[in-house]
Amino acid sequence: MKVSLFVTCLIDLFYKEAGKATVELLERLGCEIDFPEAQTCCGQPAYNSGYVQEAKEAMKQMMRAFAAADYVVTPSGSCAAMVKEYPHLFRGDPEWEDEAKRLAAKTYELTQFLVDVLNVEDVGASLPGRATYHTSCHMTRLLGVKEAPLRLLERVNGLELVPLPNAHQCCGFGGTFSVKMGPISEQMVDEKIAHIDEVDADYVIGADCGCLLNIGGRIERLGKPIRVMHIAEVLNQHSEKEGNDNADENRKRAVLETGRGKLAK
Amino acid sequence: MPMKIENGPFWKRVEENLQNNFMRGAVAGMQDRGYVRRLGVIEELGHWEEWRSLAEQIRKHTLENLDYYLMQLSENVANRGGHVFFARTAEEANDYIRRIALEKQAKKIVKSKSMVTEEINLNPVLEAIGCDVVETDLGEYILQIDDHDPPSHIVGPALHKNKEQIRDVFRRKLGYTKSSDPVELARHARETLRRDYLTADIGITGCNFAIAESGSITLVTNEGNADLVTALPKTQITVMGMERIVPTFEEMEVLVSMLTRSAVGQKLTSYITVLTGPRDEGDADGPEEFHLVIVDNGRSSILGTEFQPVLQCIRCAACVNVCPVYRHIGGHSYGSIYSGPIGAVLSPLLGGYDDYKELPYASSLCAACTEACPVKIPLHELLIKHRQIIVEQEGKAPVAEKLAMKAFRLGTASPSLYRFGTKLAPSAFAPFAEDGRIRKGPGPLKAWTESREFPAPSKERFRDWFHNRQKGGNPS
Repeated sequence: MKVSLFVTCLIDLFYKEAGKATVELLERLGCEIDFPEAQTCCGQPAYNSGYVQEAKEAMKQMMRAFAAADYVVTPSGSCAAMVKEYPHLFRGDPEWEDEAKRLAAKTYELTQFLVDVLNVEDVGASLPGRATYHTSCHMTRLLGVKEAPLRLLERVNGLELVPLPNAHQCCGFGGTFSVKMGPISEQMVDEKIAHIDEVDADYVIGADCGCLLNIGGRIERLGKPIRVMHIAEVLNQHSEKEGNDNADENRKRAVLETGRGKLAK
Repeated sequence: MPMKIENGPFWKRVEENLQNNFMRGAVAGMQDRGYVRRLGVIEELGHWEEWRSLAEQIRKHTLENLDYYLMQLSENVANRGGHVFFARTAEEANDYIRRIALEKQAKKIVKSKSMVTEEINLNPVLEAIGCDVVETDLGEYILQIDDHDPPSHIVGPALHKNKEQIRDVFRRKLGYTKSSDPVELARHARETLRRDYLTADIGITGCNFAIAESGSITLVTNEGNADLVTALPKTQITVMGMERIVPTFEEMEVLVSMLTRSAVGQKLTSYITVLTGPRDEGDADGPEEFHLVIVDNGRSSILGTEFQPVLQCIRCAACVNVCPVYRHIGGHSYGSIYSGPIGAVLSPLLGGYDDYKELPYASSLCAACTEACPVKIPLHELLIKHRQIIVEQEGKAPVAEKLAMKAFRLGTASPSLYRFGTKLAPSAFAPFAEDGRIRKGPGPLKAWTESREFPAPSKERFRDWFHNRQKGGNPS
């Protein structure tokens, strides 16, 4: 199955490990990765700041870049949710409306793609330790993806998953909010970290790099021994033992069959 | 109390409130307890999303046919012997009510909770003609006797005060001598207020929902104060925002259930009262004269705009109760009697951008408000619309932001410029970076690095890694 990766501007510039892990994970599951070089940004920083015209130019570039893709997969719930908004923003625009609908329909957040399209929950990953999962707001509330990341993490070998108290609360990132309203954002991230402290986790896992930069940047400033990981990095933790390779082959075969089935429809 | 709270510029308000640990603890406790309670009654009702859709449909339908229902309401109020006054502005509403007070030679006026009378700043108008105006909702009462401390929450106005502070206010203002036990405090307030009800000439109420088909008004309280305000004085004046209307009892029942569940996590409140016109012959109590004042005060100019959904609001404060920004800065930071997400959307519409231009930005757009709203107001989207107007029409955006967004547009619309710009980023940030981290950033990064590290852009972007890997054909 050919998958076009929308890596997001944040990962491209600041968090490439999450991008690498996404590529390796999807390849291990039998996908062929295509990376359209013309991709830039989903437009959200401008859109959320009220610069709709500027945002639309970025969005058009996204639609051009992914015009030929079958599936667009992105390791970010927030950016996926933005792309899903395109049809709404280009409604009534004869040139772009249909293109916006097409891109929105074929775009998936990574964990959503794994669970809903590839039908995989056990990706054969293993990571020993105690972890808590940060549910990002746009991924859960706007994109509506709540279960997929948890199902995947529950199947990670050796990983003890503990629920995060007040998980529904925003970490205080909010894009430009984090700098425009810095002192408020700081209080929000501090409260998030206090809850992370409560569960005594080795890892905080998330599916959105904005939140992870925010939580991770604060954890680092405070000098806390907690590792912040993108879910793609966790799912890509993989030992090379023989038994695993066989399992991988089986998963790959299953995925290929699923892919053929879906494309044939 | 007018809509605007005079307590300095936005950042001064926020910084003061961030220091107020008592207030923040009270708000966080209220939010956390309320969250669990609200989910409990939602679960118990079942099919919550369908109820929300129905409630939204009711509100939308009413707003789309508002002229019809207002006409029906006013005809039915008049048929039952009541008087209806349409006030275009706050002044018109206040003038009308003042005229009644003068005509009745009113000395004492008792009021039940009403946001709209605060919005139009009614009390000082009545006090200026010598009336003694008494707020009877316990929270409002506490604030009123404490030299008109502004409300910090649309449902629990005195949320920012603890029982010791309330005891001190009672001692100072009412000669109270007992403890800070809430039962004793409440008893004292009840005894004091009872005398006021019995001697009041006029009772003034707000209105949760007016029912067009019957000309009735609905009042929802947990204290029963609205019932005394409407049962004892000879004259009753009800003041409502022009959008607070439902077609029939059937829709009222749905919305009351959504209101009480969303506002306080209760199936029903202790008192839900429906009143129709003045007292009939043979009625044991009720006013001899009933006036309904329907207030526009800027609402009709929201109708028909992209902000129309804000008029769906039933003032339950569910959005306030889940807002992580409100949680830390509290209600007074908003500088408006309408605080939290609904306040951030409504205050600039009713009070203008000059006073409220920061409020649309006081949100991380986490959409907790939109998710909680029982009538499906897309609150976070309306905040983005405000930002758009501030940028495009009001010209109030900072110059540096405008430049940054111009650069964003150039860089993201052109893949070659994007590649070029992002290639340069590591050298541009190099002077600020140390071990791949920026600890004291320039420009907008400065605010970030006040409290957080920021990763320096690495020399190898993801796309470079991917490109090299494909060229080498060597997965690493």
